Amino acid sequence: MLLHYLELAARSARASKGLSALMILALALGIGACMTTLTVYHVLSGDPIPGKSAHLFNVQLDAADKVGFKAGEEPNFDLTRFDATALVRDRKAKRQAMMSGSNVAVGVPDGHIKPIFSMTRFTTSDFFAMFDAPWLHGGGWTPADDEGEARVAVISSALNEKLFGGADSVGREIFVRGQTLRVIGVLKPWKFQPHFYDLTTGSFNESEDLFIPFSTAMLLKVGHWGNMDCWGKGANGGTPFDLNASCSWIQYWIELDKPADASAYLDYLKHYSDAQRTAGRFERPTNVRLRNVMEWLDSQKVLPADVRLQTWLAFGFLLVCVVNMVGLLLAKTLRRAGEIGVRRALGATRRAIFTQFVVEAGLLGVVGALLGLVLANGGLWLVRHSPSDYARLAELDAAMLALTLGLALIASLFAGLLPAWRAALVTPAVQLKVQ
Amino acid sequence: MMSSSTLTLGSSSARRGGLGGLFGALHVMLLDLTPILSTLRRHKIAAGLIVLEVALSCTIVTNALHLIQTRVDYLNTSNGLAESELAVLEVRGSKPIPPERVYGIVGEDLVRLRALPGVKAATSVNQVVYGNNSNNSGVTLEPDSKGVRIVASQYLSDDQLLPVLGLKLIEGRNFTPDEVLDSNKVFSEAEPRVGQVIINKRMAEKLFPGRSALGRAIYVWGSAPSTVIGVVETLTHPYLHRARSDGGYSMIFPLRGSGSFVVRTDAAQLDKQIKATTAAIESADANRVVTRARTLAEMRAAFYAQDRAMAWLMAGVCIALLLVTAMGIVGLASFWVQQRTRMIGTRRALGATEGQILRYFQLENLLLTTTGVAIGLAGAMGLSQLLMQSYELPRLPWIYLPAGAVSLWLLGQIAVWVPARRAARMAPVAALRS
Repeated sequence: MLLHYLELAARSARASKGLSALMILALALGIGACMTTLTVYHVLSGDPIPGKSAHLFNVQLDAADKVGFKAGEEPNFDLTRFDATALVRDRKAKRQAMMSGSNVAVGVPDGHIKPIFSMTRFTTSDFFAMFDAPWLHGGGWTPADDEGEARVAVISSALNEKLFGGADSVGREIFVRGQTLRVIGVLKPWKFQPHFYDLTTGSFNESEDLFIPFSTAMLLKVGHWGNMDCWGKGANGGTPFDLNASCSWIQYWIELDKPADASAYLDYLKHYSDAQRTAGRFERPTNVRLRNVMEWLDSQKVLPADVRLQTWLAFGFLLVCVVNMVGLLLAKTLRRAGEIGVRRALGATRRAIFTQFVVEAGLLGVVGALLGLVLANGGLWLVRHSPSDYARLAELDAAMLALTLGLALIASLFAGLLPAWRAALVTPAVQLKVQ
Repeated sequence: MMSSSTLTLGSSSARRGGLGGLFGALHVMLLDLTPILSTLRRHKIAAGLIVLEVALSCTIVTNALHLIQTRVDYLNTSNGLAESELAVLEVRGSKPIPPERVYGIVGEDLVRLRALPGVKAATSVNQVVYGNNSNNSGVTLEPDSKGVRIVASQYLSDDQLLPVLGLKLIEGRNFTPDEVLDSNKVFSEAEPRVGQVIINKRMAEKLFPGRSALGRAIYVWGSAPSTVIGVVETLTHPYLHRARSDGGYSMIFPLRGSGSFVVRTDAAQLDKQIKATTAAIESADANRVVTRARTLAEMRAAFYAQDRAMAWLMAGVCIALLLVTAMGIVGLASFWVQQRTRMIGTRRALGATEGQILRYFQLENLLLTTTGVAIGLAGAMGLSQLLMQSYELPRLPWIYLPAGAVSLWLLGQIAVWVPARRAARMAPVAALRS
């Protein structure tokens, strides 16, 4: 039966080529625009570390002074070195890491390669296990290395390629800030979208190429890239990186065994904050945050406002396309009132007429979806060649592909309902009389 | 619904004569109105769909055009600089330079750059417009952060910044070479002291309304005052969009430290000069690399690329939207014409002119679009309100409402023209026979 309806639908589409083409084109444009923007939305709002995002938490403490204080505002974005060091020392979570970023020149001792400026993360030993870093060779450093300002480094496979031609470089030496470090690990290609553990060095940046212990970085004075807030006396004549500087610039992440442990850890943070105020270091009332990965991304508005705006715009466009399709389908249906009358007179039920017209709309939907897919691919190609920092991420995946077809089918069936209903209402007698 | 073929509307609108000119036309239009309304009543759904489509288009297009305009305004923000003659070079060393030596090294570099043939002027500055960093400080008129406080963008450079960037002094004077201090030395004091500052016009007007800013003291680093020695016309925040929200206050201190080199040459020689300056800097010390050398025009293009892409996208969607709406009108109007073939034939047979038939369909379309536009404008205001709340966009200026209305009216008239003319050209006999 369905096959018969499909055949009728194809014949009817051929009979009014112009009108059908108009409908398909409009639907395809709407679907194409929606899929392009939805894919960008989907890619940018995805979970960067599925399976673990509910166990990883970002920590914020309000360490600033009272100047400009407003109750209920967000605490400091980052932690001070003093607080981060204290929390790491307490080890209240399963794993914890303090970290910050910079960009330093990395060279090799024989000097035949020009030093390569590399994004650098300096952190503590739990970092790699916490974020499931994939090892190609070797591994990370130990808490003892953190204590001992060990001259060790972990490099990315990309940097390993440039410096050592891709060989197993564990045990080899690299030059950083005029000092020699020993490579103890090489990572497989590794990146998070977005770069959630530090959003201040570009939300959609690649992962770093060089990882060194935090203590070693302080010794080597590698500087700092990213966000830094200072208050009161700030660096107080020293540098903002000093243990006692009133500057926040360190990201702090913890891993908990189960999400339910969060409340206990939150209590610990409040307790710590209270103790710091009693000691005279904190001036503001206790104001701490503990957010898991998705809550954190949400609070930092990682999804660009433009992307959300584009998505709404595209859906508005699709809506107009659907309304347009309803109107044109209605026109087409009513034009065929005579044909419907004959079919009804020959014994077709209202239900049969209704089904036939819905199938017809569905067929247009499928063709529109395929054309829309082509347009969406074109749209994404344009996005990939656009200047935004997330451009290269815009790829259509299987889920989005299914969604495209589904959306087009639903839109066209929805558009077909009203005309099909009107068609089913045609009374054979009136039509035949008019003929 | 299907009974249009039995309508007998024809005779009522035949010209009755007597009233000439405009009144005649108006009269005919009014006479046409009754049959149009009764037809539309019979085609509620189809008419409703056109109204809905026009309303949605109107809502979206007015707001999208407004979004385009805000982006275009960003793109056209004046930076007040000699843009076509400037290049910016970022230099980094692979070995650490002790902070106390930076002043000397940068000074030597500048001597080297200024000696290059073709270089009109060169300087080193901590931040550049369209660059990727910005320094801001709180400024007060009383010591120790008391009293009125504004936040101003803070440029640290030397006496050459004004001639390099092409900034116009509207009051006072530039720094002298011996006023330029070592920034590392100044900031290692517990109370940094910088005696002179040049501020921009906006900041002068904000801090010293109605009087000259020259010779007045501002406080940036605690208790030591800096005296305003000059006021420049335009000097924006490095991130131009911030200049709007923050009031656009900027100031320059005569401090030399690490930063980017900015070189001014003839616009035609810019690319050649970038190579020459890069070579001059890298050859002086093998450990240094020019990590990025760009013209200011390139930096401007990159800075605004996202906004430009968004404006194009919006424009594309607007055009597609209007096209689809026009397609819908053509489609439905054609259908109507076909349905009313008999009515048209009757009217023509009874003496209606081609023009009258044409006008009939045009008037019908005008009625539909007007209804759509009325709903659409209300929708546009609503959407604008929503966008203001969710995306911090400015309110939709009223001028977009009549503009949106007129464009949709025009669109409707153009779209209906083709089917209406086909109807008007129909021979009465053919129309009646079908």
